[in-house]
Order: sequence, then C-alpha cells, then structure tokens
Amino acid sequence: MQRTSDQASDAKRWGAGALVFAALAVVGGMSNAYVISLLTIVLLFTFMGQSWNLMLGIGGQLSIGHALFVGIGAYAVAILNIKYGVTPWIGLLLGAVIAGSVGAVLAWLSFRFEVRGIYFALLTIAAAEFARIMFGGWDYVGGMQGLFYQAPSGAMDLRMLRGDARFYYFVALALAAIGVAGTELISRSYWGYVWRAMRDDDEAARALGVRTFRHKVLVVSISAATAAIGGGVLGLVQGAIFPDSIMGMAISVDVLIGPVVGGLGTAFGPLVGSMVAIPLHHAMGVLGDALGLPGLNSVAYGAVLILVVWFLPDGIWPSIVRLYGAIQLPARGRIPQLRKVGE
Amino acid sequence: MLSLWLNVIAGGVLIGLVYGLVALGLTIIFGVMRVVNFAHGEMVVFGIYIGYWTVRIWDVPIVLAAAIAAVVMFVFGFLLETLVVKRFVNRPHHYQFIVFIGLSLLFSGVLLMSFGPDPRPTASQLSFQTVSVGPLTLDWARIQAAATAGLLIAALGAYLKYSAFGRSLRGAANNRLGGLVVGLNIPRIYAVTFGIGTACAGVAGALISPLFDAQPYLAVDFTLLAFVTVIVGGLGSFGGALLGGLTIGVAEAIAALMFTPSMKTALPYALLIIILIFRPRGFFGAKDI
Repeated sequence: MQRTSDQASDAKRWGAGALVFAALAVVGGMSNAYVISLLTIVLLFTFMGQSWNLMLGIGGQLSIGHALFVGIGAYAVAILNIKYGVTPWIGLLLGAVIAGSVGAVLAWLSFRFEVRGIYFALLTIAAAEFARIMFGGWDYVGGMQGLFYQAPSGAMDLRMLRGDARFYYFVALALAAIGVAGTELISRSYWGYVWRAMRDDDEAARALGVRTFRHKVLVVSISAATAAIGGGVLGLVQGAIFPDSIMGMAISVDVLIGPVVGGLGTAFGPLVGSMVAIPLHHAMGVLGDALGLPGLNSVAYGAVLILVVWFLPDGIWPSIVRLYGAIQLPARGRIPQLRKVGE
Repeated sequence: MLSLWLNVIAGGVLIGLVYGLVALGLTIIFGVMRVVNFAHGEMVVFGIYIGYWTVRIWDVPIVLAAAIAAVVMFVFGFLLETLVVKRFVNRPHHYQFIVFIGLSLLFSGVLLMSFGPDPRPTASQLSFQTVSVGPLTLDWARIQAAATAGLLIAALGAYLKYSAFGRSLRGAANNRLGGLVVGLNIPRIYAVTFGIGTACAGVAGALISPLFDAQPYLAVDFTLLAFVTVIVGGLGSFGGALLGGLTIGVAEAIAALMFTPSMKTALPYALLIIILIFRPRGFFGAKDI
C-alpha cells in the first residue's frame, strides 16, 4: 500500500511540474518582448541556481564564486563561436568540460588539504576574482573590452543556437525544466542519498563506508559543469560578454539568490526564488533609475536575503509546501524505508 | 634603485599596519562570536566616508576624524549586532554567510543611494607633505595613519589582555557555555565585540581617507583584502592579523612596482588561494571552524 500511495503522489508531483512548465511555455508564446527577456533571465538563473543548489543544498559545499564557472562557460562558447565560427553546441560541451575540471581541481586541492566550510567558500571567491582580473588583462579573450556576438540574422537556427528573443526564451525554458527534473532525479538517486548523508554528517557517512572525498569532488565538478552550460547560454542571450559582468561577484550572488530565497535543496525552490527575486531586483533597478537612486536594487536584494533567512530559513517553496503539505504532499528529505532482508 | 625599493617597502609597511587594523576587527569578531563578517569592507568604506565628510565640513585633523569614526562605528556595530546579527549567531555557517552577503548588498546600496557612484577625494593637505628619514621619503598621511593604527592595535591588545572586560571576552571566546555558567553576560559581550570590530574597520577607513577616494564600490575589495589578511595570519589570531597586514601591505607595494596595475589587484587573491591550499590555518594556526 505504501508503495502505491508513494507512486500516486510521485505522479502528482511530476504532473504538477509538467503543468508549471507548460504554463510557462504558453506565457512565452503570448507575452511581449519585455516580459520574455526578463523571464529568460529568470529561467537561466533557475538553471544555474539548480547547479548551485546541487552543491550546497544537496552536497553541503558552499560556493560564493560560481561566477568563475559561469564565466568559463560563457567564454568557451564566445571564443569558439566568435573567433572560429564553431557552433555553440561544441562550446557548451567544451565549457562544461573545462569548468568541471577546474571545479574538480579546486575541490580536490581543498578537500585534500582539509579546506572546508568557510575556508572553501573563501577559496571559491578568491578563484573567481582572480580569474576575473586575469581575463580582464588577457588580450586574446578581449580583455576589458569583452567579446561581441554578431547580431542574429533573424531566422531561427538551432544548429548555431541563434534566434530571436522568443527562441532564447524556449532554450532557457528547456534548460530550467531539465534543471528542475535533474535535481529531483538526482536527489532520489543513489548519489543524492550519499551527498545528503555527507552534507548532514561527513564523519558518520565515512564511517558507513561512503568515500566522501570522492563524492565531494564529484558534486563540485558536476555543479561547475552545469553552471558553465548556463553561462554559455547567458552569454549568447546577452550578445556580449565582459569579465566584470560575467565573472563578477554580482553573478555569484544572482546564482545563489534563487535557491536561497526559494528553498535550499528542493527541486522547485530555485524556480520560485528566481521568479521572486530577479523581477524584484529588476523593478527596483528601474524605480531607482527613475528616482535617481542608483543603489535601490542592491538594497532590495540585500533585504530579501536577510528577511528570508530571518523569517523563512528554509525558503519560500518549503513554506508553501508545508502550508498545503498538511493535506497531501509528502515531507521533503524523508528517510527512505529500509527494505527487509529477502524482500 | 635601492632607495626606490626601500621607499616602496616602507610605504607597504605603513599601509600594512592599517590593513592589520582592518583585519583585527574581522578576527576579533570571528574569534569571539564565530561569525564571519562578510560586510566588513562596507565598515571600512563607512569609515572612509566619515573621514571625507568630517574633513570636508569641519576641516579637522585626520586623527580626530578617526576618533569620530571610532565612536560612530562602535555604536553602529553595537546596534547592528543587537538588532540583526544576534539572531544568526547560532545558525549554520552558510546561513550566516548569506545574511552577511545580504547586509553587504544592503549597505553598499545605501552608500550608492546616498553618495552616488563618483569617487570623492578627501581634500587633505596631508597627502602632499612628505618627511625624509635617511634615504626614505614618506608621505605624512601614511605615517600618521600607520602610527595611529599601530598605537590602537597595541592599546587594544593591552586592553583585551589586562582588563576585566578583556578577560571575560576571552573567556566567552574560549568556552561560551562555560562563560554562561560563571555568569558572563554573553549577549552584551557579543554586542560590544561586534562594536569593537566594526570600530576597528571604521577607524582604519577614516585613516586612509586621504589615500583612497571614498567610493561605494571599494567595499568588496576591502572585505576580501581583510579576509586575505586574516587568513595569511590565521583566522582568529591577534598577532596573525598584524603580521598578515604587514605581509599584504609589503607584497602589494612590491607587486605595484613589478607588475601592471591589473596584476597588482590580482595578487591578494592569488595569495589567498595559495595560502588556503597549502597552509589553511595561516601562520599562527588558529582554531578550526
């Protein structure tokens, strides 16, 4: 009986998810260019938020330097495409491989030498800032002047991943859907249980025979690679990349704000958080410009972060779930039932 | 050539003392409360603005501006701890980090709203007066900043070592529960500690206001610089903060001579990466987090 009711609620959850994304697709078909460009950014940061969520929310490793991986992805696509005319598909793949390797090396070095917690977070910031300054002084990648994509011809070109704003909206929507479904699948997989075990108690997990070192490197590397894919698409959408904007601290904050506001470690949290925080940031930026107060968007971001951690430490999405969860949804992070021997 | 190098190194030592004071603020807060103040750079920038405005309005000497910054920033830190930070002291580290990133965004946004993005140079004659000692030619602003910072570091060290409050503060740092058992007023100690930490940053900011133009965007750089400094010296270590400050000051000065300006700004991060990886507890090996 237990299994069937689980399966029923699973089907409901996947159905609800599919419904949300179908609704978003309809929105993309109907909205004007302004709404579409804003929602594209929201969806891209949902995807990158998932990558960050995977690392802290499930793997327990705090990164404040995800801009490093986002920037690597954006540069890999831009350099191959702008300088050599190579399709962004190869750039995305290469960017993911490079960022994944950089992430693995960083993680390997830090965890080998027991650089954990806050020290690891500082290491990620230092690596991102170092890379940003180096890219700014590197003429081959355009230095501070950045790299510019050619304006799209107007026709949708899936092979070269070029098209109008609506085309990129659907690309971002597909990425976000993959991100949400991927997080859900990973958190139910063997790796998901292992990563949460090492997040909650590293030593206990090790005592049970989990090779936590290997898994920590793995989670950082996967997170870095997915962040790079998001970065590659972000660069294409923006049409130009500069080291200060694509590798700056602001990107690291944009990446983490979705999952923190929406709900750490949940599949839907980053989507909900990005939907709330990014339009708010944008609206406050517009309002600030109108009032002649240039820092208003930054104040709004800061206030949202503080208020969420203060009053809704689990984020907005789990609070919604809990509100209705009393009726039907199962609690998140439940402990799996152990199977009896011989079953 | 030799005198150029000596001058550069002396300049690095002088600014290094001020960096030491910034790092000391961060390290005291961490050592006692175990919270990582990621908004520390904003406190330095507040100090720079206080220096800018006091010198501009009243034309006071920079040491007096630093004293005003100390009082203002102590009260600010005390209130910030009582109203906000207090609620997050016992939360997991990543929540604290995120709250402080929020505070940092909030403060830099407020600075931007209040003063705009343009840099404001403090109109002080100090920057143009120089003193010659043997082969060295040093500017008066740096000497005054370094002397004040050095005196403050020594005074704070003595105060924490010999006063009753210093003893209870160290007790709270060593063993919070034990402190509560023997009747220490832990919430008050935390608030005062946070006030002292932000005051250190504010004073340092006011002292360097003749050298750094006041600008909201400086904050992140100062935050990371403070982290580099304390990690070089060992997070939570008093002597380490001072040694870290001197190391970073001299390293930056030498880098400015040897590399292009953009490479100079990358140096602290390169140092942070190397030290984190190979000597994560710093020179003075403080306690684990």
